[in-house]
Amino acid sequence: MDRFVPLGNEALAQGALDAGVSGLYAYPGTPSTEIMEYVQRSAEAAERGVHRRWSANEKTAVEAALGMSYAGKRAMACMKHVGLNVAADPFMNAAVIGVNGGLLIVAADDPSMHSSQNEQDSRMYGRFAMIPTLEPSDQQEAYDAARIGFALSEKYNVPVLVRMTTRLSHSRANVTRRDSRPENDLNVPAHLRQFVLLPGVARVRYAQLIEKQPCFEQEAEESPLVRYMDGPDKSLGIIACGLAHNYLMENFPDGCPHPVLKISQYPVPRRLIERLVEACDDVLVLEEGMPVVEEQMRGFPYDDGRVHGRLDGTLPRAGELNPALVAQALGREAPTLFLVPDVVTDRPPQLCQGCPHADTYRALNAALEPYSKGRVFSDIGCYTLGALPPFESINTCVEMGASITMAKGAADAGLTPTVAVIGDSTFSHSGMTGLLDAVQAHAPVTVIILDNETTAMTGGQDSPAHGVLEQIVGGLGVPEAHVRVIEPLPRQHEANAAVIAEELAYADVSVIVARRECLETARRRKRGQA
Amino acid sequence: MKYDVILAGVGGQGVLSIAAIIARAAAEAGLSIKQSEVHGMAQRGGAVESHLRLADHPIHSDLIPTGHADMLLAMEPMEALRYVPFLAPSGAIVADRTQVVNIPNYPDATEVYDALERFPCVRLVDASQIARSLHAARASNMALLGAASAFLPLPPADLEAAIGAIFGRKGEAVVEKNIAAFRAGREAACGD
Repeated sequence: MDRFVPLGNEALAQGALDAGVSGLYAYPGTPSTEIMEYVQRSAEAAERGVHRRWSANEKTAVEAALGMSYAGKRAMACMKHVGLNVAADPFMNAAVIGVNGGLLIVAADDPSMHSSQNEQDSRMYGRFAMIPTLEPSDQQEAYDAARIGFALSEKYNVPVLVRMTTRLSHSRANVTRRDSRPENDLNVPAHLRQFVLLPGVARVRYAQLIEKQPCFEQEAEESPLVRYMDGPDKSLGIIACGLAHNYLMENFPDGCPHPVLKISQYPVPRRLIERLVEACDDVLVLEEGMPVVEEQMRGFPYDDGRVHGRLDGTLPRAGELNPALVAQALGREAPTLFLVPDVVTDRPPQLCQGCPHADTYRALNAALEPYSKGRVFSDIGCYTLGALPPFESINTCVEMGASITMAKGAADAGLTPTVAVIGDSTFSHSGMTGLLDAVQAHAPVTVIILDNETTAMTGGQDSPAHGVLEQIVGGLGVPEAHVRVIEPLPRQHEANAAVIAEELAYADVSVIVARRECLETARRRKRGQA
Repeated sequence: MKYDVILAGVGGQGVLSIAAIIARAAAEAGLSIKQSEVHGMAQRGGAVESHLRLADHPIHSDLIPTGHADMLLAMEPMEALRYVPFLAPSGAIVADRTQVVNIPNYPDATEVYDALERFPCVRLVDASQIARSLHAARASNMALLGAASAFLPLPPADLEAAIGAIFGRKGEAVVEKNIAAFRAGREAACGD
């Protein structure tokens, strides 16, 4: 362990273990997945009996973590940024209700949308919920953030948000571990009504949350994660948040001549910002994601044009930062670079050779031939690649679980038949309730559950509905005659297309389970057994 | 001292294993490391890149600035070309000659080689063939690493030790095959 070179995600996970965490709750999602995977692999976590199983979705993860906190233990819920939307209900209310044992909610953002539908900035959620938010700028700070966050959470009786970003989550660097702290003892909250958000209690708790705001700001002013570094050249002062600090320093190997305020804890340390603004002519704000700090500095009637960043075009409005963009914002001349030769063509990711989803799409395309195009509502997983050539089978991908409900909405509008394509893991994440809506409405929707028996897109985590899909579907009210199971294989093509065609003709909800194990997990399983 | 490497290839080729081995050898040598990886959506068949930075002082950025990479190490010739804006004027390109043709519009091989040969320092290595000739087709990434070791600021013995450590779990035979591929790749690169 003395030569510990973890991913940012792994550093955070080890930091949580060393800070005495008793349970992790998460749903896999890039770039957050490795936090849980690290703890699942950890011998120490196994020995201590740290809870470390995947949850059905992010909402259940946050709720379970809140329950562990209620019982006095330190708990952590981890997800990607869009997962926080799924968990927004318990997240917002946990801020009001407070915690007993320390509670960290980790959201890994994906600026530049390397593998996401949007690049929302979770620091906005931190402001929205009015809770302290940490944004580590390197792997060591990711490790330390767990300990700082749990201490802050228990000191003020509030959850703490940790914002990671793709680049930190998926980059390795040397990290020094610190002494480990024992887990908390089991205890229930001193005030037994604290966790009951009846309006009378909620009003009191909300007032208390507002009262704590100056304390949270003071904590940021004094945090080891926030530093004011003076410099002789006051023509420009620089605010560098999270990872942006590294890109700034990369441009000044011999030290930055300008005053720099490095921020990795929120709410924004207002006094330090004022100090910088007063000392310098202009201020450049470098932040990964949305202009969260920059907007707070620019009350619109008072905007005097001295603050620069993503809003005035000094930096691009969207996308990940990098050293070259920061250099450009500093007014440096761009070096001459080699150009990518014209022969280079795009090489998008593809479904694996022999992937079961490919066989399902071929059968679906054949069954849909008699109908006009544009009827297939899809969801989020490897199978989303079915939107691209050679299949071009699917027409939508919005958010986890949207396939069945959108297909129902389109059917309500009169588009029939409609098809919903959803993975087994996505179905258990947030497809089940939508299916119930469709069943209750007798919507003419054909739901195809692509059951590759795993959560393939994020690397093969367990899928909670594994082995019980037909029971769930039956329990939600789909008649047995219209719960069909097919095996997506080339030699079954004709038969599978016929099954799909039959169900397309049925004017109510039917479910087709297309079941064949993911090639990758099958290969890994066989290797493990060998 | 600092040494920046962009690793490139196609998902499934073992690019991240090369990165892991160099990073491990560097850590054992007491160097600072930053290594940024591409994860996520079934990257099979898609373009993959990793930024690997080694230095004897703290490293700030996880990403290599454009125009600063000392080496472009690519498991596929067209993938090498994709990242040339990162390459420093004096940087080296070490790439496997064997193409991965999994797209309908993959360019003509000669055009790709010609475009590569225009760069100042290029080593095109038959890493895939070297590995196959050793009956170790899956070790072509180690053959390429062997070729790259001629430029890397790490002794080959340290890299071999890291190969042993990373593949050790899979048994002695796997380690031996990978080390054999590494040595053959190194010989091919240094021999011309």
